[in-house]
Amino acid sequence: MYPQEFLYTKEHEWVRVDGTTATIGITDHAQKELGDIVFIELPKVGTHVTAKESFGTVESVKAVSDVYSPVNGPVSAVNTKLVNHPEMLNTDPHGDAWLIQVEPIDRRETEDLMTAEEYEAYLEAGASH
Amino acid sequence: MTRKNSITQARTHVTRNEDLIFERSSPGKSGVDLPALDVPAADPKEWLGEEFYREDVDGFPEVSETEVIRHFTRLSTWNYGIDTGLYPLGSCTMKYNPRINEVVARLDGLATDHPYAPESLVQGCLRVLAETARCLKEITGMDAISLQPAAGAQGELTGLLLIRACLDDRDRRRKYILIPDSAHGTNPASVTMAGYEVRNLKSNAQGCVDLVELDHAMTEDVAGLMLTNPNTLGIFETQIREICEIVHAKGGLVYMDGANMNALVGVARPGEFGVDVMHLNLHKTFSTPHGGGGPGSGPVAVKQLLEPYLPTPMVEESPEGAYRLNYDRPKSIGRVRAFCGNFGMAVRALAYILAYGPEGLRQATEDAVLNANYIIHQLQDAYELPYQAPIMHEGVFSDRKQAARGVRTGDIAKRLIDYGFHPYTTAFPLIVPGAMMIEPTESAGRAEMDAFIDAMRAIAVEVEEEPDLVRKAPHTTRVTRLDEATAARKPILCWKPSGEAAEGKAKS
Repeated sequence: MYPQEFLYTKEHEWVRVDGTTATIGITDHAQKELGDIVFIELPKVGTHVTAKESFGTVESVKAVSDVYSPVNGPVSAVNTKLVNHPEMLNTDPHGDAWLIQVEPIDRRETEDLMTAEEYEAYLEAGASH
Repeated sequence: MTRKNSITQARTHVTRNEDLIFERSSPGKSGVDLPALDVPAADPKEWLGEEFYREDVDGFPEVSETEVIRHFTRLSTWNYGIDTGLYPLGSCTMKYNPRINEVVARLDGLATDHPYAPESLVQGCLRVLAETARCLKEITGMDAISLQPAAGAQGELTGLLLIRACLDDRDRRRKYILIPDSAHGTNPASVTMAGYEVRNLKSNAQGCVDLVELDHAMTEDVAGLMLTNPNTLGIFETQIREICEIVHAKGGLVYMDGANMNALVGVARPGEFGVDVMHLNLHKTFSTPHGGGGPGSGPVAVKQLLEPYLPTPMVEESPEGAYRLNYDRPKSIGRVRAFCGNFGMAVRALAYILAYGPEGLRQATEDAVLNANYIIHQLQDAYELPYQAPIMHEGVFSDRKQAARGVRTGDIAKRLIDYGFHPYTTAFPLIVPGAMMIEPTESAGRAEMDAFIDAMRAIAVEVEEEPDLVRKAPHTTRVTRLDEATAARKPILCWKPSGEAAEGKAKS
């Protein structure tokens, strides 16, 4: 269910690292917990994001949630399609509905993140949401 | 000869939806029939000037008087309000608004005085404000109060700005405010608006503040703690003194969200357990109208150290017994609302306080707590109670048992509508998965609560036997299961004649 090539946070973000580029999104579990997503607020390209700090918000019919960055670095791309199509986060959270890209990053910073197996075990154990 | 009539109950168009008044329009129809002009006709262009004259007014509904009256009267019968029945919306304290409040608020001298009238002519109004302030200070155990904030969230922001002004004066800028994970959603928003950052505190297994966690989080960078007591689970923070001591020891201040004061009035005073600043919701605890435009009122009460920063003006009484508005408060954070806030709400709250008196207010609190405990007790075998601590004025169930059958808190809430009740609060507080938050207030009588309990128990049985019935509820309303997601994603905020493009003829 959860892509092997991603790494995961306890706050239910995923990150895919290609070289020094990190692509960040929220997990399928996160979108299910949130329910129908209606609004997304993302940073501008060039903004510096800090690991474990909020870089944006996702609003559903139920709640508004912060999205936390798994890495440090400047935002190099923002998925602007999401702004007009927030429902994509419900339908394709691990694919087309990525949120931002950060480049360059220090790969070593991602060592503490969970693998797909670890994340699935974390969900099994009843992760707080 | 009589025939058995198949109609057993007559109601106004129970299944028929109501068109908008615009959709009822037919060209040329009019609600008035004026007599022929018997004076020389004036030329509006000449009198008003060419630029103010329009040939036509687009899009106004053309309807008869009967249609207008019936349309709005029908709509008015669709309301469900506190005058209709139990309104167990947890966290909102939807108590009865006594009619005496309205009578008092409509007294000539109170309803018609102008806020710009000279002080000498409005001594009565100023005295109402002073008396309301005096009563609320006594009830909260605080030293000073501003009645200016327009509602709870503005009270929160005002209170946090007071904390900031005081701490900035005292030493250096601090950065964070601590908020338990059970807090109202407005708390983090207010913190952010006041220029602080939120740090979340995880609750302990009893649903209360974890002292070890608090001690760890309370650093010299933290301006204070924002706490609701009793908290949103309806549980009283019994270690509130220790909590306040931990915050004070590091130079922080304690803000209490007074949303749940209906559990404390006449019994416990926040000023005595260490709170430095708090807001009240007159539209919750003190029986002024809540919802439907209220308006609300969110007075902010403080300890002496924050008094200099309160908004201007403050009502003061001279030794001779005359009242005046004092604008000369150099350390004040300034105005947060026009004039003295929503004055009419102060009038109603004062009427409520004086009508009950100290004993009556205490009784109201005790009844509110008793009622909540009665309902929670009667339902705890049907619904899961995630936190077992004794509750005060409200209680929170989880939908866990029902979720196993594919029915969630929102479905049960909608099914309650079929049983004739306003739903409880759904999905809040967030620390309870599938929360069902119930607050009957002291206004509910035993018979009404029993009917509610019966409805909730019946729904629990339906979930077991026929879950789809609940999942597709409500069945008795004109519309059902509206598409909330599309409404939020692509809101249509303005009526346009059908067929017109969204940009349409929006001329003016």
